[in-house]
Amino acid sequence: MSLLIKGASVLGAAPTDVYVEGGAIREIGSLSADASADEVVDAAGLVLLPGLVDLHTHLRQPGREDAETVASGAAAAAAGGYTAVLAMANTSPVTDTAEAAVSVWELGREAGLADVFPVGAVTKGLAGEELAELSLMNRSRAGVKVFSDDGRCVSDPRVMRRALEYVKAFGGVISQHSQDPSLAPYGSACCHEGELSGRLGLPSWPGVAEEVIVARDVMLARHTGSRVHVAHASTAGTVEVLRWAKAQAEKDGSWAVTAEVTPHHLLLTTDLLAGYDPTFKVNPPLRPAEDVEALRAALADGTIDAVATDHAPHARQDKEHAFVDAAFGMLGLEEALSVVSTVMVSSGLLDWSGVARVMSTTPARIAGLEGHGRPIAVGEPANLTLADPAATYVVDRDRSLSLSRNNPWHDRKLTGRVVSTFLRGKKTYGE
Amino acid sequence: MTRHLLSIDDVSAEEIQQLFATAAEMHDVQKREVKKLPALRGRTVINLFFEDSTRTRSSFEIAGKWLSADVINLSAKGSSASKGESLRDTVLTVTAMGVDGLVMRHSASGAAHQVAGWLDIPVVNAGDGTHEHPTQALLDGYTLQRQLGGPGSLEGKRIAIVGDLTHSRVFRSNVKSLTKLGASVVAVAPPTLMPAGVTDWAKADGFATSYHLDEVLPEADAVMMLRVQRERMSGGFFPTSREYTVGYGLTRQRLGMLREGAPILHPGPMNRGLEISPEAADAASSRILDQVSAGVAIRMSVLYHLLAGEESA
Ligand SMILES: [Zn+2]
Repeated sequence: MSLLIKGASVLGAAPTDVYVEGGAIREIGSLSADASADEVVDAAGLVLLPGLVDLHTHLRQPGREDAETVASGAAAAAAGGYTAVLAMANTSPVTDTAEAAVSVWELGREAGLADVFPVGAVTKGLAGEELAELSLMNRSRAGVKVFSDDGRCVSDPRVMRRALEYVKAFGGVISQHSQDPSLAPYGSACCHEGELSGRLGLPSWPGVAEEVIVARDVMLARHTGSRVHVAHASTAGTVEVLRWAKAQAEKDGSWAVTAEVTPHHLLLTTDLLAGYDPTFKVNPPLRPAEDVEALRAALADGTIDAVATDHAPHARQDKEHAFVDAAFGMLGLEEALSVVSTVMVSSGLLDWSGVARVMSTTPARIAGLEGHGRPIAVGEPANLTLADPAATYVVDRDRSLSLSRNNPWHDRKLTGRVVSTFLRGKKTYGE
Repeated sequence: MTRHLLSIDDVSAEEIQQLFATAAEMHDVQKREVKKLPALRGRTVINLFFEDSTRTRSSFEIAGKWLSADVINLSAKGSSASKGESLRDTVLTVTAMGVDGLVMRHSASGAAHQVAGWLDIPVVNAGDGTHEHPTQALLDGYTLQRQLGGPGSLEGKRIAIVGDLTHSRVFRSNVKSLTKLGASVVAVAPPTLMPAGVTDWAKADGFATSYHLDEVLPEADAVMMLRVQRERMSGGFFPTSREYTVGYGLTRQRLGMLREGAPILHPGPMNRGLEISPEAADAASSRILDQVSAGVAIRMSVLYHLLAGEESA
């Protein structure tokens, strides 16, 4: 099986041809016009990127297969240009054992649309008290390296300290959902604390509830000499703490802090809550424009390392409640590249090689994935994404491959669109 | 008037005066021996209460009945989420039985707003979480306006609203309605019970805030005390009820600081001895019972304007 991608602009550079065989890139450069392959893709005007890697996806299987399955989520991932996704552990039952991790990993292999890497829970049952079997999950075939209680914060500093220490044995990383539950109670706190939450009478989620945990965790990472990853950073204050922490970590060299931002926190603002539409209910909540500006700048200058979707599918009935009772979360996989393109590329904050860095190379490095986020070079696995930088379209939530429809981008015009996705040379999405 | 009454934002100052004028007529009906008007004969109104409130529910029930509507009370306690049925399914089911209007109380802010988007009948918000309680604000404004001298009399008057502003839908609706009627509102609370972002909000909407009741009272033309929920004590919003009363209670001593005859309001139920002293609650200038009777008149007026069809003003 061979594949020829003709005239693609690799990371936005001058057009070239890419020849793929046996799942790997065999040749790059100007190939003769009649060069033959089993499949030839005309990529004139398209940008070729390394397959995207999502550090933060909720696939809902096991437990809520009506909202998403590993297979439907992987299909949505492929449609979004992703070749690898990390599936969060807050399923039912929780992914807190080697067996649970392996079963998610196998479901991903069966679907064959994207590599699905389970994230292991940090604590048993996400209860925040006892460490889960972190090392057994790591030794399993799933090879878990990223651990998170996402949905919950590892809020007890003693437990967080032990987790950070423990994963040092096998180079693991703790991805923290930073939410001090006494400042922003789980389940109830649902609106950025500010003038609007005051007016709407919605339980407030102050930015400081995130910032105090980020500040604490970087100190714990420094103390333990370990690696902490800040999931879905959402405030300007968090960016300030990260900037300081990264400078320290670089000086010390013995520990590391990384961070991700979601597409929705890069574009949507808290005023969307004025109509009490639960589509826009997400955790952490949408923030004001000042925070959005700070997050964009931090992604551009590397203070924030990666874009991660926090794709959170929900069945219709779980969103059709009063705002405070509705489920948290929004879809994200299929439009992520378009949002980053619209927000970061169109504005000149990032070029396409920057996009490849924040959506593929760096996330793969953070998660310790060896076959993803590789340079587009001869001998490398052909995990590739073709995007049309000029395509402008209006999002239609009914065209989604996800089983859910809680799409915050519905009816919104975006620029830049995934055209096709290849996993080890096999087309997983596109014409 | 708009199709629904979800928030004071739905009514202009002129429409509020229209509602007051109709309420004044309705108020007279209450003094008659036969308290019935035929205006809503053959119409069905559902009082759908997801949260207990005997006084608001009975006020709406009496209002509907005096207008000859068929009034059905449904209590849907406990969030629909906990019963596994979505709020949308609950209200669609309940109103599918041929209902002409829905009066709804819910513990969640915005619930009435969301429900109105799913239905094609008028919805009256009878209190949604810590968001709004528009008929309470209208009855408060109506009571104050009558007391201070009729239409236009609120213009330039200084009204103090005192207490747990953060958790008060009565405050949120009243600050809008009183401001629309030309009054200047000063909201008084300890910093821990001021809503988030209140400084910007006050600037934008033209009201004042203060932490110091003793500075505000001598200037006030009327004072509205808000109920303090006992459970706020454990929330760490203030140290003890004694300290709250000393700082923010309408005590006997503070009564003397009020201007002669300045009306005292309270939406009830009162915590006598906490936010309001018995002397203040029972003072000659207390309008607390007038508020209750005005409540029926205002709700009659609102139901009439939303549901009486062609005859409506
Ligand atoms: Zn999270």
